[in-house]
Amino acid sequence: MDLSYGPQYDTYRQEIRDFIEKHRDQAPRNAPLKSDPAKHWQKLLIEHGYTARTIPKEYGGHGGEPDLLKGRIIAEEFARGQIPGGLGGQGISMLVPTLLELGSEEQKRQFIPPTLAGEMVWCQGYSEPNAGSDLASLRTSAVLDGDDWVINGSKIWTSTAHLADWIFCLVRTEPDAPKHQGISFLLFRMDTPGIEIRPLVDMTLAPNFNEVFFTDVRVPKDQIVGKRGEGWYVANAILGHERDSLGDPNATLSRMTRLIELMKEETIGNERIIDNPVYRDRLMKIQARVMTLRFNDLRVLSSRLNNTDTRLARMISKLQGTELRHELEGLAIDAMGETGLMYGPSEFLRDGGSWQNQYMYFLGLIIGGGTSQIQKNIISERGLGMPKEPKVDQSAAKVN
Amino acid sequence: MDFGLSEFQLSMQENVNRFLDDEASLDRVREFATTDHSLAQDIWTGLVNLGVVGVLVPEEYGGLGLSAMDAVVIGECLGSHVTPVPFLSTCVVAPRAIELAGSDTQKNEYLSTIADGSKTIGLALSEACAPRGNAGATFRDGKLTGTARFVSDPHADFWLIADRDAQLHVIAAGAPNLEIKVMPQIDRTRPLCELTLSGTPCDPLPNSTSDILQHVLDVAWTALAFDTLGASQSMLDQAVEYAMNREQFNRVIASFQAVKHMCAEMAAEIEPSRALLWYAGFALDDVPDEAHLHACHAKAHLAEVGTFVAKTATVVHGGMGFTDLLGLHYWFKRIGFNRQFLGGPEWLREQAAIAQNLAA
Repeated sequence: MDLSYGPQYDTYRQEIRDFIEKHRDQAPRNAPLKSDPAKHWQKLLIEHGYTARTIPKEYGGHGGEPDLLKGRIIAEEFARGQIPGGLGGQGISMLVPTLLELGSEEQKRQFIPPTLAGEMVWCQGYSEPNAGSDLASLRTSAVLDGDDWVINGSKIWTSTAHLADWIFCLVRTEPDAPKHQGISFLLFRMDTPGIEIRPLVDMTLAPNFNEVFFTDVRVPKDQIVGKRGEGWYVANAILGHERDSLGDPNATLSRMTRLIELMKEETIGNERIIDNPVYRDRLMKIQARVMTLRFNDLRVLSSRLNNTDTRLARMISKLQGTELRHELEGLAIDAMGETGLMYGPSEFLRDGGSWQNQYMYFLGLIIGGGTSQIQKNIISERGLGMPKEPKVDQSAAKVN
Repeated sequence: MDFGLSEFQLSMQENVNRFLDDEASLDRVREFATTDHSLAQDIWTGLVNLGVVGVLVPEEYGGLGLSAMDAVVIGECLGSHVTPVPFLSTCVVAPRAIELAGSDTQKNEYLSTIADGSKTIGLALSEACAPRGNAGATFRDGKLTGTARFVSDPHADFWLIADRDAQLHVIAAGAPNLEIKVMPQIDRTRPLCELTLSGTPCDPLPNSTSDILQHVLDVAWTALAFDTLGASQSMLDQAVEYAMNREQFNRVIASFQAVKHMCAEMAAEIEPSRALLWYAGFALDDVPDEAHLHACHAKAHLAEVGTFVAKTATVVHGGMGFTDLLGLHYWFKRIGFNRQFLGGPEWLREQAAIAQNLAA
């Protein structure tokens, strides 16, 4: 057991702390996508290597050597400084790594630099109304007509579709092939004729999602990543990245710290919530689980550094991280009681309504990115070696 | 940066597991459980030879002189095999307590006989945790008076006892004015007794402090958590294996999602708990400021994880899980014992809150 990162990393950590202190005033607060403050901050972070750190310079990144610990220290220090890190979004977190791994040289040069700079915003077209957990059964079709793909169908749960310039989209190009081998990965502009976007309001009442409808949308045939029929494998090359980022234990730890303060502030009559043993016991129960997932995360990091096997430890992190966070936010609401009902401008609203918002938002994350049920299938099949559910006889299954 | 068990700890675990696989089968455990609970000498001798028994005894007294972390991780192997030996008491808590609080003469007397396997020392520490009723012992004029309940190892040669002032003493089994009464309980792999002390002569450890007492309890809690970890992992492994072989409706029950999800939920609780326990074990000697809080959480959290696994793994076995024939209940009861012994999860979580100034 050795928990030190080593002296060279202490220096690195100090550099980041100095940077944060020096530039704190320039950090954007809730800046809209593509706004100047957001783009300026992103540029500054790339220059210093605090985001896009290992992406080559020719594609607009910082061009640093891969170093897991540096990445870790950046995340820790930006969280600690309560200052926004580099831009996220599905373009940066999902498309850029996909293109780096499987895109053509031309695609890398065309798409990665403006995406990293925050000038080109993407949305992800994967899920469909009838293809959720069974994503590979998706039906949106693309048929080659001359030099164009002609796309018909619809997508759902499309975050930021209304703000996006481009979409990376899974479509069925080989209808006669087995379902996993008939899919292609296309890139196209969101202002292409034939695309209709309808907002899909979620339970937080934020219009985070959209439905997107395609009617004879024409897309140049070279806007494909990988070959025809390889789209499933292109998409899966990085799906694991998304799961790793949901339910981050360091963010949960920050919420835990704030929750303790909240429980000291809130009262029933003259009694502070923290002084009530029932609430306190719930808090301590959750604290142990927060610690557990934080150490599990350290174990996973360590195993990646030292090339040891921790498949199960990784597999459980999305399931447990999102469930725990939902429960933690729920305890805060219980600690507030009726005050916890406030949602909207009110003198009684605590912490800007973040507890209510995150309580609901994390219910969404329990479902999104592979539901808890799908995670349990993965854990039991790939982690414990249990068999898949046998295929259902189609004629027997469709009774109605 | 290396967050995990050391090569030495892993090889120690491997050696102990191999020995227990061969020499401490469930049949051997049953034999112990249905006799008079005196020391399982064959298993004990094997553990002496492997260095387990003297793991915490300093080298000058014939032990290995290793860290608390090196000792507590062995608990995982013993929990996994539901091994009926006085490991927690004789190999973990007593040597640490005597090393820290004992005089040179006492160290000479007790530590060398622990290391060579000739004497065992049980624990009478329940009253130092969450005492039940009016139990407790008072020290006056070199003698102890009162009762100690839920005392481990009725056949021990000595007991380590904390009096009402947090002072530690050693009582010899043959001391006058000492009555020993077995307390029949669910876990037959670690028997308990009640000591009635009526002016019983004892050997006080002169350097005792409440900090030392707390430290040895932290070590004990962490070791018990490792025991539960091992027992839980074994129950999950047995449940998966059973489900892979048991057929109903013309398929193995491991192919039913209802069963798979029960197993996945157990794995999702057990696997990350390892990391919590590694840190708690590491903190005992290397991060003293954090040791107490993490020991409280380690034992309380594993009590919850273990209880969930004990129930769920039994249910996966269906009716067979309920039988004595299969013997799965040895693990169920082992986990139940670890949950209550030296403080249950609610009490421990309150200690965790107190440690952070969140409770008075």
